[in-house]
Amino acid sequence: MLCDICGKNPATVHLTEIIDEQMNELHLCEECARQKSAQMEQQFGLSDLLGGMAEFGKPEKEIEPASSIKCANCGLTYADFRKMGRLGCGECYRAFRKYLLPLLKRIHGSSQHLGKSPFKVAKVVKKKLDSEELRNKLQKAVEEEAFEEAARIRDEIKELEKKEKR
Amino acid sequence: MRLDDLLNHTSEWLKGTGPNSDIIISSRIRLARNLDKFAFPHWANKKQSEQALKTIEEVMPRVDYLKHATVFRLAELDSIDKQFLVERHLMSLEHAQKTDHKAVAVDDEEIVAIMLNEEDHLRMQVMQSGFNLFEAWNIINKLDDSLSKELSFAFSEDLGYLTACPTNTGTGMRGSVMLHLPALVMARQIDRVLSAISKLSFTTRGLYGEGTHASGNFFQISNQVSLGHSEDEVIESINSIIRQIIEQENQARDIMLSRNKSMLEDRISRSLGILKSAHIISSQETIELLSLVRLGCDLGMVKDINRSRINELFIIIQPAHLQKIENKKLSVQERDIKRAELIRKKLSLS
Repeated sequence: MLCDICGKNPATVHLTEIIDEQMNELHLCEECARQKSAQMEQQFGLSDLLGGMAEFGKPEKEIEPASSIKCANCGLTYADFRKMGRLGCGECYRAFRKYLLPLLKRIHGSSQHLGKSPFKVAKVVKKKLDSEELRNKLQKAVEEEAFEEAARIRDEIKELEKKEKR
Repeated sequence: MRLDDLLNHTSEWLKGTGPNSDIIISSRIRLARNLDKFAFPHWANKKQSEQALKTIEEVMPRVDYLKHATVFRLAELDSIDKQFLVERHLMSLEHAQKTDHKAVAVDDEEIVAIMLNEEDHLRMQVMQSGFNLFEAWNIINKLDDSLSKELSFAFSEDLGYLTACPTNTGTGMRGSVMLHLPALVMARQIDRVLSAISKLSFTTRGLYGEGTHASGNFFQISNQVSLGHSEDEVIESINSIIRQIIEQENQARDIMLSRNKSMLEDRISRSLGILKSAHIISSQETIELLSLVRLGCDLGMVKDINRSRINELFIIIQPAHLQKIENKKLSVQERDIKRAELIRKKLSLS
């Protein structure tokens, strides 16, 4: 079988394209397949998809100030993330938290991890579930409009601060 | 271990053993992990990438399952070697493309493979033969625990493991099962099954990984969601889907046997005949014919060839494997000749 595009070399790559529910089979040689795959990446990469999802439903003026937020650890901006669909380091999750939570929820249907945790971290988390983590939890509760939960966390933070002063 | 040693070795996941190994080729769990505070591979500069790589390499001799692993730096491999690793499912095609500061670690048995500096700092996988996701999870979970003692991973209490792409955040886990579904394909029922699966947030891919056509009636099914469920829950949900598909495939096989037994026997015997006598054969044709012969093994119509030999053939008839076996570069035409020769030899052995 010869390549569907150049018609010169033998087809060694077999591709199925689905456009508007129309299925199309292509048989390509290595060279044409390489060109085709570069083309497809340009047309519709995963990064566009994620970037698009991150902006979905947001008015223009809310997106703009977010673009300039920068991760202090690695220097990636939110605009970079929107362009590439990839974060720069673990700390980016903290820097862009407000914008990532709804995105994660849209992708996974949840923004709460229920899986395992590394025990090294597990120990530290237990010790450090003080002000910082509690403040994050509080912010999350407020964002999700879980006000009863928020009030409980606020009281917990107050308790902790009292203890720390003593 | 040298890369060439892998040639004389059948990967654990190809052995054709384990539960439901007539329909299920293999089960695989992958975990994505990153080093805390380090820039992710795509965003890291050369120095940072090298540092991440060294940090991981340095702890490996102290980690369970990796004590006898070999690390291959991709920059030191030629293009055939890289393709060879991709064909054996030990690394992704993407990993083979930009090679600076990238590596892959493989244990002797080819049960554990870890890509270093792929999309995440660590992409580890454990493969098992047959329908065996929990066993794969047990192994990779221990490996991950052992690595966690040596390395500090990017992790947040509420979001879980932090990954370069938000589609992997949380458990960082992807479980995949490779199925061989010739009867559902022949009965034209496969589209119905696959579209039902995609509605349940699972994805389907072909035998040769991401973005490939499901050739030779092979389908790889994996979970998409990594946040909001524990690893056990995700595995259990994949398992329940797979159990249903196995049942459907078995039903389709029974119907075909009762209605069209002679037609089936004819197609299977002809396929075996071509494979045993061809002198020029493409990989596409080989895969399609092997798929039928494999079905013949499952149904007891082909008695003198065992399943692990067929599983092995699916891997070694690929371009880089042929070139490694012949130990030289081969053109497409030369490969088609060598492929036919290899198949004749392997099938007459058994």
